[in-house]
Amino acid sequence: MKKRFLLAALPAMLSLVLATNAYAQIKVGVNVSATGPAASLGIPEKNTFALLPKEIAGKKVEYIVLDDASDTTTAVKNARKLIAEDKVDILIGSTITPNSLAMVDVAAENETPMISMAASSAIISPIDSKRYWVFKTPQNDSHMSTAITGHMNDAGVKTVAFIGFADAYGEGWYKEFSKIAELRKLKVVANERFARSDTSVTGQILKILATNPDAVLIAGAGTPAALPQKTLKERGYKGKIYQTHGVANNDFLRVCGKDCEGTWLPAGPLLVAEQLPNDNPVKKSAMRYVKAYEKEYGAGSVSTFGGHAWDASLLLESAATVALKKAQPGSKEFRAALRTALENTVNLPVSHGIVNMTDTDHLGFDQRSRVMVQIVNGKWKLIGQAN
Amino acid sequence: MDFSIAAILAQDGITSGAIYALLALALVLVFSVTRIIFIPQGEFVAFGALSLAAIQTGKFPHSASLLLAFGLLCLGKEIYAQLRSKQPVNAKALALSAGKLLLFPLAVWLLARNVNAQEWPLFAQVLLALVIVVPMGPMIYRLAYQPLAEASTLVLLIVSVGVHFALTGMGLVMFGAEGSRTTAFSDARFELGAMQISGQSLVVIAVSALLIAALYFYFERSLSGKALRATAVNRLGAQLVGIGTTQAGRLAFTLAAAMGALCGVLIAPMTTVYYDGGFLIGLKGFVGAIVGGLVSYPVAAAGALLVGLLESYSSFWASAYKEVIVFTLIIPVLLWRSLSSKHTDEDEE
Repeated sequence: MKKRFLLAALPAMLSLVLATNAYAQIKVGVNVSATGPAASLGIPEKNTFALLPKEIAGKKVEYIVLDDASDTTTAVKNARKLIAEDKVDILIGSTITPNSLAMVDVAAENETPMISMAASSAIISPIDSKRYWVFKTPQNDSHMSTAITGHMNDAGVKTVAFIGFADAYGEGWYKEFSKIAELRKLKVVANERFARSDTSVTGQILKILATNPDAVLIAGAGTPAALPQKTLKERGYKGKIYQTHGVANNDFLRVCGKDCEGTWLPAGPLLVAEQLPNDNPVKKSAMRYVKAYEKEYGAGSVSTFGGHAWDASLLLESAATVALKKAQPGSKEFRAALRTALENTVNLPVSHGIVNMTDTDHLGFDQRSRVMVQIVNGKWKLIGQAN
Repeated sequence: MDFSIAAILAQDGITSGAIYALLALALVLVFSVTRIIFIPQGEFVAFGALSLAAIQTGKFPHSASLLLAFGLLCLGKEIYAQLRSKQPVNAKALALSAGKLLLFPLAVWLLARNVNAQEWPLFAQVLLALVIVVPMGPMIYRLAYQPLAEASTLVLLIVSVGVHFALTGMGLVMFGAEGSRTTAFSDARFELGAMQISGQSLVVIAVSALLIAALYFYFERSLSGKALRATAVNRLGAQLVGIGTTQAGRLAFTLAAAMGALCGVLIAPMTTVYYDGGFLIGLKGFVGAIVGGLVSYPVAAAGALLVGLLESYSSFWASAYKEVIVFTLIIPVLLWRSLSSKHTDEDEE
């Protein structure tokens, strides 16, 4: 009988021992989309977590990186597992908007701070009781939209045709872009959609060409965004072509080739870090990431998406240093202190800009977080600070 | 929409329809011979296209390593089967399968590893990509389906889903997450009234038509083609007259893999192909095959053409709902099929 009791108690005792062990270090639960449709964004993020320091303010940090396969259900499952089993102090992730939105509920329910690496502003605004716990690192679509519309105004564009992904990315962009375009007296003359896996967009492009726009904005992410551009060139379109920051990786240049010459896009300063003027406050912090990443994975391998993961870790580092003075990792108090410290982040240079958080802004970026870039000779060329 | 736009859309639709038709025919072929609903068909499209892209960019196509791995697994299975059988070990058969499953993949692997295929003419590059991908068809049959050849359609379908996911995952490992594009077969353009016809789409249509005609003659005229048809009509009967159903299955898979890989090679210059991009293309071929009830080749081809046209016109009229429109086509077709066909009890267990 006694033996039986001991046997039954053993796992409980063991977990107690393990749990006390867990308190000694900061545990970070990471959820990235390293496989599935968003893999090209998730893989550099995953690679970035392998570069991070293993210690913050003398405390050991453990990163537990899980893959959600770009799938929303898996993202929620992972987040629950990280909180319930691994007892993490903070969640970082996920790579894409739908997954991040789903994780918001889990984070709030368990009062765990979370830093998302997805772009949509819906993740952090409006800041209600749930989003109270949520922060993010990538620029909002509206940030980028103002940059594009500003550039269009300067270039004398009057009419714009829009073609975007037939999913939340394209829809979000259309909503933000059309709103700002209206304010800046730009007329959106066409609104078309295409799917990531489409083999042809001839129909959509023909319809766009029929409206004869001054410029076309292609709102797609990664290499699929090359297809509309190629088709536009094939059909002899002579106007200006704009892309979004979703294409800012070298694979896009490889696939799009000479069809992309002269294309404009807004991007995080990280993309052209080397070309930034030396007095640019972002240059130093961006170059730090570029050097760290390329040392490990080879020259030219860095992408802006991995930068979002790096920025999340910088936020965590600065906040954890503050929070450690108030409470010990593994406790409810530490998580609350961490959240407050994140919200009070001031003038923190990260790879994509300078972060100044407030209780109404859980992103904290200003116009220093984006630049206008043109594709010239198959390379990204900085053409100026966007306004 | 004026006439010229309608004509351009029609040309576009026929080009993608020709691709879907090839895939639909492959699906019908595999299903009628083996009762397998071959979901991984699209993976051959992606593998073919991405292997060619790797060859053209001067990288080693990792699919050759996969071929080698598949070959080794198959050989292991052969040897195990030989050892377990009560009969004495058949050395000749073993040597033959060692040649087919070990030496041939090894030769392909060494070839892909050591030659500078980047400088080859396009035709030779395509051939190399096909040599890498096509033998995977019968190997996958050997590994995943042959032990279950007598299982019900449902079990085979479940295995298909598993094989699909496994191959997609391997695709990600081999080719990476980002897509690729290959150089066009022809940069020529022809003016035909208001219409511009690209040489590439002519190549696609011509190759598809040629292949369909070749398949027709193969089934009508050759002995192995007739054997395939016999197996499709009645497996047991075919076995009784001495047609090996295993050989028939292997043959069907070889043809399906060849058609899939060829589709991939054909579309790779027109669009960006991803490691998982074949699935949706295959699914559209599947809609075409369903129109043909998974038994009729000509109706399946016509159905696939219809899918291509529908896709092209709906991308003009309602681009946001294009996918919905294409896949909704399957509902009236199924309705019509269930109403028009006489229901007979299947003699499945």
